[in-house]
Amino acid sequence: MRRISEEDVKHVAGLARLNFSAEELRTLTDEFNRILQYLAKLNQVDTMGAPPTAHVLKVKNRFREDTVEPSLPRAEALKNASAVKDGSFQAPQIME
Amino acid sequence: MELCDLTIHELRRLYARKEVFPSEVLASVIRRIHAVEKDYGAYLTLDLEGAVEQAQAADVRIKAGKPLGVLEGIPVAIKGNLCQAGRETTCASRILQGFVPPYTATAVRKILAQGAVILGHANMDEFAMGSSTEYSAVKKSKNPWDPLRTPGGSSGGSAVAVAVGEAIAALGSDTGGSIRQPAAFCGVTGLKPTYGLVSRYGLIALASSLDQIGPLTKDAEDSALLLNILSGFDPMDSTSVSGKKVDYTRDLQQDLSGKRIGLPLEYFEAGIDAEVKCTVLEAVELLKELGAEVVEISLKFTDYALPAYCIISSGEASSNLARYDGIRYGKAAARIEDNLNAFYIRTRSEGFGPEVKRRIMLGTYLLSAGAYEAYYKKAQQVRSLIIQEFNEAFQQVDVIITPTTPTIAFKFGEKSQDPLQMYWSEVCTAPVNMAGLPAISIPCGFSRGLPVGMQIIGAHFTETVILNVAYQYQRVTDYHQARPEPVRQEGTV
Repeated sequence: MRRISEEDVKHVAGLARLNFSAEELRTLTDEFNRILQYLAKLNQVDTMGAPPTAHVLKVKNRFREDTVEPSLPRAEALKNASAVKDGSFQAPQIME
Repeated sequence: MELCDLTIHELRRLYARKEVFPSEVLASVIRRIHAVEKDYGAYLTLDLEGAVEQAQAADVRIKAGKPLGVLEGIPVAIKGNLCQAGRETTCASRILQGFVPPYTATAVRKILAQGAVILGHANMDEFAMGSSTEYSAVKKSKNPWDPLRTPGGSSGGSAVAVAVGEAIAALGSDTGGSIRQPAAFCGVTGLKPTYGLVSRYGLIALASSLDQIGPLTKDAEDSALLLNILSGFDPMDSTSVSGKKVDYTRDLQQDLSGKRIGLPLEYFEAGIDAEVKCTVLEAVELLKELGAEVVEISLKFTDYALPAYCIISSGEASSNLARYDGIRYGKAAARIEDNLNAFYIRTRSEGFGPEVKRRIMLGTYLLSAGAYEAYYKKAQQVRSLIIQEFNEAFQQVDVIITPTTPTIAFKFGEKSQDPLQMYWSEVCTAPVNMAGLPAISIPCGFSRGLPVGMQIIGAHFTETVILNVAYQYQRVTDYHQARPEPVRQEGTV
């Protein structure tokens, strides 16, 4: 099994939208390698022909009737927002 | 013994005879909270004023002879990841500081509808990631049997509250053992229902294919009473199942003759503390005397359940926790006006604790190109084999019994520095979530003065069977009635 490098962990941090100090990255890299080594134990299992399970019960997608019901009032929905403008969530600028 | 040390079913009888009223019970619970909360830290938040109002309303209903809810006037704690409208709900995380949900979790709504008096949110590991409450961003709860030890987790606050009479019962959630493991460590009864039996609407998600809400109580009868209320289809959770309404107290009184108990050898092997093992085996002997038949079985994939669980739960968690962006809710970092991505990164890096970051990172990696096939898909395949193996075992036996935890309650700091050590605490419980099965942990003795938990696992939707076995065991034993020192001291006041 290939060892995970600090660069790899840094790349994952970018995907996860997290930032770490140099020291945290070092610790995390060590932990990653130890944990992955443990997880690789699964390679001992012959899973040929075994289907992957994402959901334990045999239920299919279940849809409600498409009926109009009262929804959360706008003011309520916005109550926990960090910034609100003109009755909407306000995010930092996305495009130039 | 004070009123706060009684069970739901005992209080219901007293209420029905108008011998005791909810305000008196609540007063007793509040006295206990004032006496011991500072030492044991069960709660994140308390709403005692609201509770007093609810209890007074219940007094009036009882005195007027009105029809009563099943939980009328019963003081209950809810885990810090269950949304209650108008009440700050934080998951013991900085990132949800100040979050006041606009809606109430279905499980909470249901107990409120039956008259429960909600005391507040119980402490937990941040986002339910952990097995000791050491990863709570707010505080550590202490084990009432030995305050140098953890109460287990992640529903540690819920277990402590019930064990010391700071609540009559509590709700928790269980993804890999988070109800059963703290129940075992604190000497209370904890039930994880079959996946889908209880709606997860309003439960702040950790791993959606594994999470389930369940009760922590003083005995199996209370557990059945609560499950009666919690179970049922909810249009707000498409993974909740519809089915005939079952009365979970129905089979409690049934005797155990002819019941077949499976003992999986793999759960009594390496890594399981010798005294824990002996204590559970003694409990099984007692069940045999009660008429049950015991057969040894083998669950070959046991060893692989925990690593597969780590992969699936981290993957799902990383995906679920992507929603915390500081825009719509939760605690945002100082705004960076011209860079959305930098704002996300700052908010998340400041808001999440170390264990949550570790799992998000691990999950993100495991779901990334290259790792997905090798780990995630492999884990999902192993999951199928685990389910199949359990299903085959339940062709032969009615229940499977194992220790709930490999050891008794561990000390603070003993495992928190080593993630793999911490994950190991769920070795006996996580396989159950992987297969979506129901299981209950009940106290079955002591080792070095600390409670030992026995786990009774059933086939899908056979809660009546595991509750029956638990109830019959508790009928002839008193481990579930043993109370830790702080209760014995306070009880004499």
